[in-house]
Amino acid sequence: MGRLDGKVAIITGGASGMGRATSILFAGEGAAVVVADLNKDGGEATVRDCKENGGRAVFQKTDVSMEAEIKAMVARAIKEFGRLDVTYNNAGIGGAVGPLENISVEDWDKSQAVLLKSVFLGIKHSVPEMRKVGGGSIVSTASIAGIRGFAGLHAYCAAKAGVVNLTRSASLEFAKDKIRINCICPGGINTPILHRNQPGGREAVEEFLKNSQPLPRAGHPEDIAAMALFLASDDSMFVTGQAMIVDGGMTVGASFGRGGGDGGATGIALPPAGFVGPSFEK
Amino acid sequence: MGRLDGKVAVITGAASGIGRATAVRFAGEGAAVVIADLNAEGGEAAMREARENGGRAVFQKTNVERGEDIKAAVDRAVKEFGRLDIIFNNAGLGGAVGPIEETTFENWDRTMAILLRAVFAGIKFSVPEMRKVGGGSIISTASVAGLRGGAGPHAYSAAKAAVINLTRSVAIELGKDRIRVNCICPGGIVTPLIYSRLPGGEPVAQQFFSQIQPIPRAGRPDDIAAMALFLASDDSEWVTGTAMVVDGGLTAGSPLSRERMQGRVMPTGGFAGPSFEKQ
Repeated sequence: MGRLDGKVAIITGGASGMGRATSILFAGEGAAVVVADLNKDGGEATVRDCKENGGRAVFQKTDVSMEAEIKAMVARAIKEFGRLDVTYNNAGIGGAVGPLENISVEDWDKSQAVLLKSVFLGIKHSVPEMRKVGGGSIVSTASIAGIRGFAGLHAYCAAKAGVVNLTRSASLEFAKDKIRINCICPGGINTPILHRNQPGGREAVEEFLKNSQPLPRAGHPEDIAAMALFLASDDSMFVTGQAMIVDGGMTVGASFGRGGGDGGATGIALPPAGFVGPSFEK
Repeated sequence: MGRLDGKVAVITGAASGIGRATAVRFAGEGAAVVIADLNAEGGEAAMREARENGGRAVFQKTNVERGEDIKAAVDRAVKEFGRLDIIFNNAGLGGAVGPIEETTFENWDRTMAILLRAVFAGIKFSVPEMRKVGGGSIISTASVAGLRGGAGPHAYSAAKAAVINLTRSVAIELGKDRIRVNCICPGGIVTPLIYSRLPGGEPVAQQFFSQIQPIPRAGRPDDIAAMALFLASDDSEWVTGTAMVVDGGLTAGSPLSRERMQGRVMPTGGFAGPSFEKQ
């Protein structure tokens, strides 16, 4: 018995990385999946893997920044599988990077269109179909860059913070329809967004990310897929308006609170164990 | 195939409410469970229910106010089932209630001992056993009252906020041992803690809690058990230091957002333009 038996899901950015891992996991848990992506080759490969994992799946070529294409994607789910229960707004890009003064308005707008407008559109066009079946679950990929600042990622940070708070405001509106709206804040996950343009590729990123957070390994797309599965399934029936952090503990500490067996930077200022008394004591 | 096959869990406060629902769910997913509680009658009933759901379970009488009792619950897990993979520090009570000036030191200290020191003790005594098996998952029941003011009594609110930040600081220390530390912030869940002293009891609590958050039903112990299962299972292998909110959307909005703004200070549709424009 699968955890998503009988449910129909749309996953944007399903051709690679987290979207691909989630598509395959959802298919294995009994969902029928619309794999939506700009990348046709990758999307069709995901569809094959979904089918091999025991589920139904179709590919729908989708530019998530275009309203007509989001509408077509939702229509495809209905046409192929008869209903819509889960939308995972996941497609993403790095977007405009670098010093803020150097970012062009065009690059800024394109970043917001792909990272934030797409989530608005995914919610907007999923909701009518979910109402018809008495509820649903909308999941979006935000980021820890939506809850902390990251230098050189201004457009991405702003858009992801927008996704986190759009999740909250939308959750208030659709709770009465039993449509739950949540997002996931991944930390350092080794996906093509990170390793595609990296000298050394996937392996180099794996090594770099290994020591970037308290849990001593890089994040993998499957880590996010597992959270998406929880949020898509009825196990999270009372969860809405949340930003679920899956980051190996990266955002748990202050910037000076990393490393050290004592739990933080206290290693410099404080003794390694015992009790620190009033400062006037010898 | 269960999602906790082969794992051993200690659950405090497992005689009723959230702890009991979690014990039964964990047992059904293949875990062996130590049901730790002060309440022997409820604990033994939970044990029977866990066994009926297909898992192994034992009852261990535990007063979480006493560190040695928590140590004994951990030891019981190792003695009965050979290892420890999961501890759910869940036992709780309302604690000191009423105006801050009328809160006594005794009631304050006792509240902190049960709601906060017990979590510290649960972590402290679990870690050595979890290291032996190469990792583990520590889960604690915090509360939305640890995130906001006014969602619980003062001492309760302070203790639950402390549980959240203890979770974070310990997560940093134990990451290298692959011991994950997370907590859950339930919203309005109908449990004996809420209704045991309420005039009208459970039905009144159900009715009240069905109206306080965007999702129009009261929270159930099973809602929290499902989150505890996620955090206990390998599905959350890369999740640590988090406070997972399960509250039907209670904390997603500000108090102003609940229908009061719409139609009053903001139009109900369209676009709110520059303020100098005429409507």
